[in-house]
Order: sequence, then structure tokens, then C-alpha cells
Amino acid sequence: MNVGAWRAMMLILNRDLRLSFRRPEQVLQPLVFFLIVTTLFPLGLSVQLSLLRDMAPGVLWVAALLSSLLSLDSLFKNDADDGTLEQLALSGQGLVTIVIAKTLAHWLVSGAALVLVSPVVAIGLAIPVSAFATMLLGLTLGTLTLSWLGAIGAGLTVGLRRGNVLLSLIVLPLAMPLLIFGAGATDRAISGTSAAGALYFLASLCVFTTTLAPFAAAAALRIALD
Amino acid sequence: MNSAAVGLCVDQVHVWRGDRHVLKGISLELRPRELLHVAGPNGAGKTTLLRVATGLLRPEQGSVAWFGKSIARAPSEYQSALAYASHETALKGDLTALENLRFMVGMKRRAAPAELRECLGRAGVAGCADLPVRVLSAGQRRRVVMARILAARAVLWLLDEPFTNLDAAGSALMSALLEDHVNGGGMALVVAHHDLKLQATQRRMELAG
Repeated sequence: MNVGAWRAMMLILNRDLRLSFRRPEQVLQPLVFFLIVTTLFPLGLSVQLSLLRDMAPGVLWVAALLSSLLSLDSLFKNDADDGTLEQLALSGQGLVTIVIAKTLAHWLVSGAALVLVSPVVAIGLAIPVSAFATMLLGLTLGTLTLSWLGAIGAGLTVGLRRGNVLLSLIVLPLAMPLLIFGAGATDRAISGTSAAGALYFLASLCVFTTTLAPFAAAAALRIALD
Repeated sequence: MNSAAVGLCVDQVHVWRGDRHVLKGISLELRPRELLHVAGPNGAGKTTLLRVATGLLRPEQGSVAWFGKSIARAPSEYQSALAYASHETALKGDLTALENLRFMVGMKRRAAPAELRECLGRAGVAGCADLPVRVLSAGQRRRVVMARILAARAVLWLLDEPFTNLDAAGSALMSALLEDHVNGGGMALVVAHHDLKLQATQRRMELAG
């Protein structure tokens, strides 16, 4: 009676979400950071709506990127520290399955939560409602891509005691295209021109990382377990 | 020596940790109904040997085989036959004992909650099933780990210092469970720095420091 990969993924998802909700402060910390940064920005700028509107996409995406980075460190670390990762690696399920499930669970409580609160933030940054659809789609693709990139970084730094600085250095350069095209898409949507090009680029990055990152992260974990 | 086929075979394994030559050509064989007690001073490489046997650590030289098949070649088949307990408990403090078991055992085989409760009962922690693990004592956590090993229904037990933190009754229980497992046709590789008080036949292997 072996357990299939799908069922194993559901179990890990269930377990990680349950753990997150029993420690809500860990889930809320990046979200609160995101909300604070984006609400402080308009207060620090001069009271010109046009200026705020010009800067809004950049502010929104930088805040989203940095707040996502905050929680990446714990992606595999908690499990590695208490021996759970070893047990998962010996569960008969491939490491790739485990990486996919854990990264998706992480994205649901970080990236997806951030996407959900982004309309509130967008109103504060004077982003017109007409640009919301593009912004939400862009952020969904962007945060998911970032989670996959983060999984590689977290896998590589899992054995280090203070890996979060190194993790940021590994992930941030790879995340630059996300920032450029994500903010670009939102910017175009605000000015009313077509954002399709930038969104396609984000989507292609998302597909690229979704297909390859689980293997890279699993290889990194394999080394860390050795 | 019994005549059954060799289950676990570790052959001439060498492991280096940086400059240190931790395992110098270690070989061991384990057949069904056998228990091998690996002893030795701290730092002798007992845990390293156990990690090599799980397949987590790949030796620089030598091989590990399970019923004649290299474990690197058929890892998932081997992994479904083994249950490993390291000195870390791998329990999540925020989950209850039962939830911990459900998620960990559930990755290997489908087990009904009633069966998991029964395993917790056999390990003597039935009353802790619905308590978060963070409120349990170190000894109770060890017993939850025992329940996880029981629930996995694996042929091969790989245990790293399973008697740590256990009281006299707990040690006796652990010994009894080990005996039952071995007498029932199972295999066990136990790392412990002190003597095991077991009725069952056991072999002992000493790792030099």
C-alpha cells in the first residue's frame, strides 16, 4: 500500500498550512511589513497625486519582493533543524515532490496572501481600479516565481546558521527581471496602454521556474542532507 | 548465524568528513531476525554509519545493498522498508502527537487514526495523543518517536540512541518492542553507547574512536 505522490503532496500541504496557522505571527510578519512600507511611502512624499501615481508600481513591487524575502529563510530551515527533512527524504517520496509541496504551501501563506491584500495597498498608492486586474495577475505570477527562486536559495543555504543574508544575495539578482517587468506591467496598466508584453514575460518566467526550480532545489537539499 | 538471506549489507564503506577519515572500511551484514548493536565511544562514527545505512549519506567508497540491490539504485523501495529514528525527534511542537504521526506515517503508508492511537498506546503515551508535542517531556517525545517507528511497520529499524531520555519503564518497553520486532522476523540496527538488556540474540559491533 504505497502512498502516491499526489497524496503525499496533499499531506505536506496540509501539515505546513496547519503549522503556519498555529503560528500566525510568522504568516503575518511579512504581510505587516508589506502594509507598513506601502502606507509609509505616500506619507513621506510631497502631496502630489501625479508623483505618487508615477512611483506606485515601483513601491508596490519593491515592497512585495522584500516582504517575500523575509519569510523565505524558514522554507526548509525549520524542517532541517528538527530532523523532519531527513524523515521526509526517507519517506519513499522523491525530494522533488517534497519541494513542490513545501514551496506551494509557502506561497499560499506568503505570496497569495500578499496578492489578496494588494488592492487595499493599491488604493493607498492611488493606483486606479482599472489597473487592478493587471496588477493582481502580475503579482500572482511574480510572487509564485519568487517562491520557486527562493526554494533554490533556501535549499542552498539550509545548512548555514545565518543563511538569510546569503539567501537574499542569491535570490535578489535573479528576481530583478520580476521587478522590472512586474512594475512595468503595472505602470502600463495605470497609463492605459497594453501590459500584455510584460505579463507574457512574467508568465514565461513563472513557467520556466515552476518546471526547473523543483529539481534544482531538490538537488540543493540532497547536498545539504549529505 | 542464521541461514536467511542477507537483508542489509554494508560493504567496505569509507567516509571522510573534511580531513577526517570517519569510517575506515566498515562492513556489516544484517539478516532477518537479527539485531546488531553498534557501540563505541563518542565521535567514533556510529551516527555516520547509521546515516550511511539510511542512504542519506553517500559513502566515498564502498556500497550499501538491500537484499542484493544497491540502495542508490532503488531508493524508494528501500525507503519504504526502513524506519529511521535519529537523535532529533522530528516532531513538530505545534502539532499534536497524533497529527505528527499522521503526517509522517502517512507519507509511507495509509494508516487509520485508530491504528495510530493504538501505536501510541503501545508506546505508553495514549494519553498524549491529542496534546501538542511542545507540552510533552523529552521522554514522552521519545515514546512518540517509538510509536512512529511502530506505525511505519517497516522491516528494518535504524535507531540512533533510542534509550535517550527514557525512564526505567520506558527502556524496558523499548527493549521489549525491539525483541518483538526481531522475533517477528524484523531487522534492527541500534546505535547505543551502553549495553542493551535484551533476551533476544544480538550481535555487537564496536567502532574504534
